Amino acid sequence: MKTKNKENLRAIPWIFPALAMILVFVAWPAFEMIRTSFQEIDFVGIAKGWTGLENYRTLIDNPDLNPVLIRTLFWVLGVVLVTILVSLPVAQLLNARFFGRTVVRWIVIIPWAASVVMTSTIFKWILDPYSGILNRIFVDLGLIEEPRDWLGNPPEAMLWLMAVAVFVSIPFTAFVLLAGLATIPSDLMEAARVDGATSFKSYREITFPLLRPALLVAAVINLINVFNSFPIIWVMTMGGPGYLTDTTTTLAYKISFRDQNIGASASMATINFVIILIFILFFLRVSRWREVTK
Amino acid sequence: MRTKAPISRKKKRLTGKSVSLAISGWILALVFALPYIHMLITALKPLDEVLTIPTTYTPTTWAWDNFTGVWKEIPLATFIKSSLIISLSATLIVISIAVPAAYYAARHNFRGKTLFLLLVLTTQMFSPTSLVIGIFREIVKFDLVDTYLSLILVYSAFNLAFSIWILTSFFKSIPVEVEEAASIDGCGRVRILTRVVLPLAVPGIVTAFIFTFIAAWNEFVIALTLTSSPEREPLTVGLTSLIGQYQVQWNYLFAGSLIAIIPVVILFISIEKWLVGGLTAGSVK
Repeated sequence: MKTKNKENLRAIPWIFPALAMILVFVAWPAFEMIRTSFQEIDFVGIAKGWTGLENYRTLIDNPDLNPVLIRTLFWVLGVVLVTILVSLPVAQLLNARFFGRTVVRWIVIIPWAASVVMTSTIFKWILDPYSGILNRIFVDLGLIEEPRDWLGNPPEAMLWLMAVAVFVSIPFTAFVLLAGLATIPSDLMEAARVDGATSFKSYREITFPLLRPALLVAAVINLINVFNSFPIIWVMTMGGPGYLTDTTTTLAYKISFRDQNIGASASMATINFVIILIFILFFLRVSRWREVTK
Repeated sequence: MRTKAPISRKKKRLTGKSVSLAISGWILALVFALPYIHMLITALKPLDEVLTIPTTYTPTTWAWDNFTGVWKEIPLATFIKSSLIISLSATLIVISIAVPAAYYAARHNFRGKTLFLLLVLTTQMFSPTSLVIGIFREIVKFDLVDTYLSLILVYSAFNLAFSIWILTSFFKSIPVEVEEAASIDGCGRVRILTRVVLPLAVPGIVTAFIFTFIAAWNEFVIALTLTSSPEREPLTVGLTSLIGQYQVQWNYLFAGSLIAIIPVVILFISIEKWLVGGLTAGSVK
């Protein structure tokens, strides 16, 4: 018993700095944010006392909230679904042997490695209403007569934002699936081929079921990342015009740092926080992390 | 954790299948490269050509000197200096804190270990974006707004998780016998760590180092929120702030972006094989 306690005490110098950093700069901000959501805060950020659920009421009374909630759902589900659907064949392709595969893998990594801000900036420029290359291409192909303001019409802008989100999400997803594919024993596929299974059948019956764990993990991590995604919307439309291309993440930011309503913003952010916590619990389930730590 | 070489390499004949695979592979690469190629092309146009309507596909005059001119036209050197100071400091803090924690967690059992690792994993899943309001209020309280230190501390805290995670699995892969042998030779615990274990864990430390550096280098929301003066802005914030100006010098903006992107992409590719295991908490190997 005594040696056990000693052992626990001995852990402190090794673990404490990491623990302290996480508590002070991750847990405390979370706590501070939740606390703020129940306080009245003036526009320079000074707390005026507790207000109970007043901030949440202000938030719910905001007529822009409901469309933003629906749009966020559409954004998250749409981006994650399309990302997964595209990443499956991409991973399959990157797993096959062909000339230059290593270089192709390197190139596919670029959007994952490059700053999302800068990737979003180039897409904003590609879609520019005056000098954008997309207008030039579409006019030259005869698809449109006049240059268009692609990001000017909110529903259409939303689709472009989602396309960029899919673009930057595919590399990570494809590489997770690629790692999953590598765990599938090749003799299993060989055996299926000997038994005369078509490639579609062996994919459906062997590859896909064995890929499920990787697929689930990739899906949940993507859910969290896409829900949290900020730079794409911020750089390309700033959530505008008005709040018409905002998600809950950019809305929380705008209410706080542009409209200076810190209390209402904190309540929005707290709701976001709870949603992410739910995703994380889901992740812990699908990743069976306990087995991993053993 | 390593992606194994798939299938056998029996036949290397040029079949119809291998040709069509190669073609689809290279088309895929082209799709992913195109936006960045367009970035490069824009960076190589003179300013008056950038703003022509409609735009040109390739520059009529290739302005290679944009890559030298960019340093005078926009405060690129200042942005890079800020980004380097912030990212390197955060990375050094992360490594020096994550190594002991990961080593101890890999080698010893202690009360609350499961809880500690759970906390670490939860941190990894939280991006600072979701907590930006709390972070801002805390940094205001500490009176650290518009300082490098604020960004260094926040980036260190949020990126610890990945490093602890990946280093733990690296330390676990080193046989305990190696340490026991050193221990018999009379080495103390710290000495064993620095002389025996760390050299064996170099790939893990390099991975943790590069990953943290890139994460800090690419971060945007927190930097946007916590910096207010151009001298403190890192690249991501500094370059995008140029978009707000009345005439955007897209060619210089993208020349600067490429200077920021290229080294990072090369570093990232060098640690690729370890990334998936680290980012999925080892659940996909």
